[in-house]
Amino acid sequence: MRQAPNAGQRGLLPVILMLFLGGCGGDRPESGTQATADDPVVVYSARAEQLIRPIFDAYTAETGVPIRYTTDSEQPLIQKLLAEGETTPADLLLTVDAGNLWYAAQQGALRPTDSELLESNIPAHLRDPDGLWFGLSVRARTIVYDTRDVDPSELTDYKGLADEKWRGKLCLRTSEKVYNQSLVAMLIADYGEEQTEKTVRGWVANLATDVFSNDTSLIEAIAAGQCDVGIVNTYYFARLQKEKPDIPVAIFWPAAETGGVHVNISGAGVTRHAGNAEGARALLEWMSSEAAQKLFGGENMEYPANPAVEAHPLVAAWGPFEPSPMNVAQAGAYQADAVRLMDRAGYR
Amino acid sequence: MSRAAAAGPGLVVWLVALIAALPLLVAVLSFFSPSAGVWPHLARYVLPQALANTIWLVAGVAFCTSILGVSLAWFVASCEFPGRRFFNWALLLPMAMPGYVLGFAFAALFEFTGPVQGAWREIAGASALFPGLGPRGASVATLSLVLYPYVYLIVREAFASQGIRGMEVARGFGYPPLQAFFKVSLPMARPWLVAGVSLAVMECLADFGTVKLFNYTTFTTAIYRAWYGLFSLQSALQLSLVLVGLVLMALLLERRLRGQSRYAPPGNTRQRRIALTRGRAAAVALYCTAILTIAFGLPMSLIVIWSLENFAAEFDTGYWQLAANTLMLSTGAASMITAVALLLGVIVRRVPSTLNRSLSRVATLGYAVPGTVLAVGFFVPVAWLSRMLNQYLGAATGTAVALQSGLAVIFLAYLARYLAVAHSPVESALQRIRPDVEEAARGLGVSGLRLLGRVHLPILRPAIFTALLLVFVDIMKELPITLMTRPFGWDTLAVKVFQLTTEGEWHRAALPALAIVLVGLLPVILLSRQRRRC
Repeated sequence: MRQAPNAGQRGLLPVILMLFLGGCGGDRPESGTQATADDPVVVYSARAEQLIRPIFDAYTAETGVPIRYTTDSEQPLIQKLLAEGETTPADLLLTVDAGNLWYAAQQGALRPTDSELLESNIPAHLRDPDGLWFGLSVRARTIVYDTRDVDPSELTDYKGLADEKWRGKLCLRTSEKVYNQSLVAMLIADYGEEQTEKTVRGWVANLATDVFSNDTSLIEAIAAGQCDVGIVNTYYFARLQKEKPDIPVAIFWPAAETGGVHVNISGAGVTRHAGNAEGARALLEWMSSEAAQKLFGGENMEYPANPAVEAHPLVAAWGPFEPSPMNVAQAGAYQADAVRLMDRAGYR
Repeated sequence: MSRAAAAGPGLVVWLVALIAALPLLVAVLSFFSPSAGVWPHLARYVLPQALANTIWLVAGVAFCTSILGVSLAWFVASCEFPGRRFFNWALLLPMAMPGYVLGFAFAALFEFTGPVQGAWREIAGASALFPGLGPRGASVATLSLVLYPYVYLIVREAFASQGIRGMEVARGFGYPPLQAFFKVSLPMARPWLVAGVSLAVMECLADFGTVKLFNYTTFTTAIYRAWYGLFSLQSALQLSLVLVGLVLMALLLERRLRGQSRYAPPGNTRQRRIALTRGRAAAVALYCTAILTIAFGLPMSLIVIWSLENFAAEFDTGYWQLAANTLMLSTGAASMITAVALLLGVIVRRVPSTLNRSLSRVATLGYAVPGTVLAVGFFVPVAWLSRMLNQYLGAATGTAVALQSGLAVIFLAYLARYLAVAHSPVESALQRIRPDVEEAARGLGVSGLRLLGRVHLPILRPAIFTALLLVFVDIMKELPITLMTRPFGWDTLAVKVFQLTTEGEWHRAALPALAIVLVGLLPVILLSRQRRRC
């Protein structure tokens, strides 16, 4: 009885060869030649597809330049970029946190971009001092509390949550998530390791329950009464508030005197071996402009990095806040220290 | 056999082992780079807990999947009860569901803010504690329910081919049914059981999505912490090698324990089954229904509900392309990998030297390596090769060489990871082939590929379909390798689920998750029906 797989085995070999060779003669511009204005820009993005597609579609509609992109988690994306070296098709690297941008810059994966427009559109603490990357939207990570049980005057700042009065009332997300790693990294940059370790140990002692794997469950737990306070990214709260406007949870902004609100960025930088660096730069500049900033922030209810642009109305309704003035690159510089600290303190 | 003909097969084994073990080689090389004091920190604060948790997880999953898989396989293969035909293929359905979907369904149902605890609080008061499973119990339960089909499918094969003759003989000697089962039928199926449980355990070791959901710290989560958190890919690679080393030791131990036993088929077995009494038949049917409901019915209804809620907002024409990509990648890769596993199995059987057997063992270790680490471990050397070629050839010919942008890389990376899955059922079935059948064929002048085609393949047909099915379903749900190595425009449904869940959009992710299950259903049903005795 002749079996299909047998014939298939022999037929498969030429197919495999064709697939392999299909990788040769790639269609990106040679790094030696000049990229023309209509050459596609290739983006490696850690920002999810459903968030970036509207932006890129708008850019292509406006300028006629096509954008090709692929998505992945940040570290695999950066390792891919580094491994490809000069054969990489990527012109732009787009991430969702500052720590990984810092890391990419450290590893030499990015090239400096000299642009007056970018420098005027994006505040200094949201971009790399050497122009290797620029923040495009701001993700604030702040305190939320149960409006039924907590009076906002009881809250001060992130350190304050380590206080004994919050014993058994604090809910936190897992330290595995990069947002918490960045938060602790910024605390280390601000207050030093010793103080931050005390803070984190205090947090762990105050936990009402096991750490959460996502911010949305955390907010819902507060609404259900499992705990009274927590720390989340504001856009998760925005989403929930949109669904359930009567949710008994509110946002608290730590005041400027206590260090301000911890912010992180979703940002991008031009890759070192970009074949179309000009195109990447143009895209970056466009993304920092008003129209794009509205889209960028509005899609996911984040804050625009460009201070001249207004945030989404639901988000603006929470009132203004003072972001921490430290350069967000510190989140990357201290990330490893932050992770070790959290391990020592037992913050899982 | 001429020298050239003898060298040919050996070369194939070397080639396959090299491709499949490429990530491991990269991991070995990583030991030669410094890792900046990461190991002492991990060893003190992270690894002890991670190791203990992993051992609990593996023990729990091995135990539960054995019980589930063996019991269900025995009932379906050897007993007659109402609904047997339906359960024969239906019990495979949980395989079509990505593990984290089941985990998420459980979490959504049983967490503090979920309906179950909510109802409990209504009844018992606002501060009443609900007996929860905790991260360990939840992880073991979820992974067992998701992975039992591996054991079920492979062990069912064993029971179906050995028939009930052994049982009848034991009963004839006066043993009660349970004893007869444990003394005769189960030991005869031992290699299959071990093969199935090994797959389940390796899959569970490499799992990241489910344990992350429950915040259960395992060896694999420690690997990711070292890489993503401490920015140390080197440590991640080194830890992966340690993990693979442990798996290898366990597999070698099993081999040693199995000793020299051979497992030949008991000869002519007809398709007879044990008729159960009404009470017992009803109990068995109830048991199968319960498992199917919990492992498949429950998460399926949740994702159907969420999909309907989000359908208008989520669905667009892109879905057809995603489904097409998913199908093409899965069928192509599954066919290729099964063919390679078959070739490998037959060659090693023909020339069972220690070298061949070791190489073939090494080739299957990729399954235990955490997905993203394997992806990087495979991609980095390919990209390096591409750069070398680009430097020398590209300069000469003027074209850009980018090996990593073709489909070959993703297929080969899948091979590195999933060879174990195809190899397991094929190797177990090959053991069943009686040597005298092969001798007779050779005596008649049939050898080489013709021997493969006319003698081996018909006997191996069920195992081939099993292998195809397992690999197909695995690749359909696969994420890290697909993310990293896919060419532009080759997003799959699993990638879409990832995009949404990575931003916490779990309800929106139900639609592509449902699509994965639907795309997988047809092959699951088709292949599982095909395997019926020819």
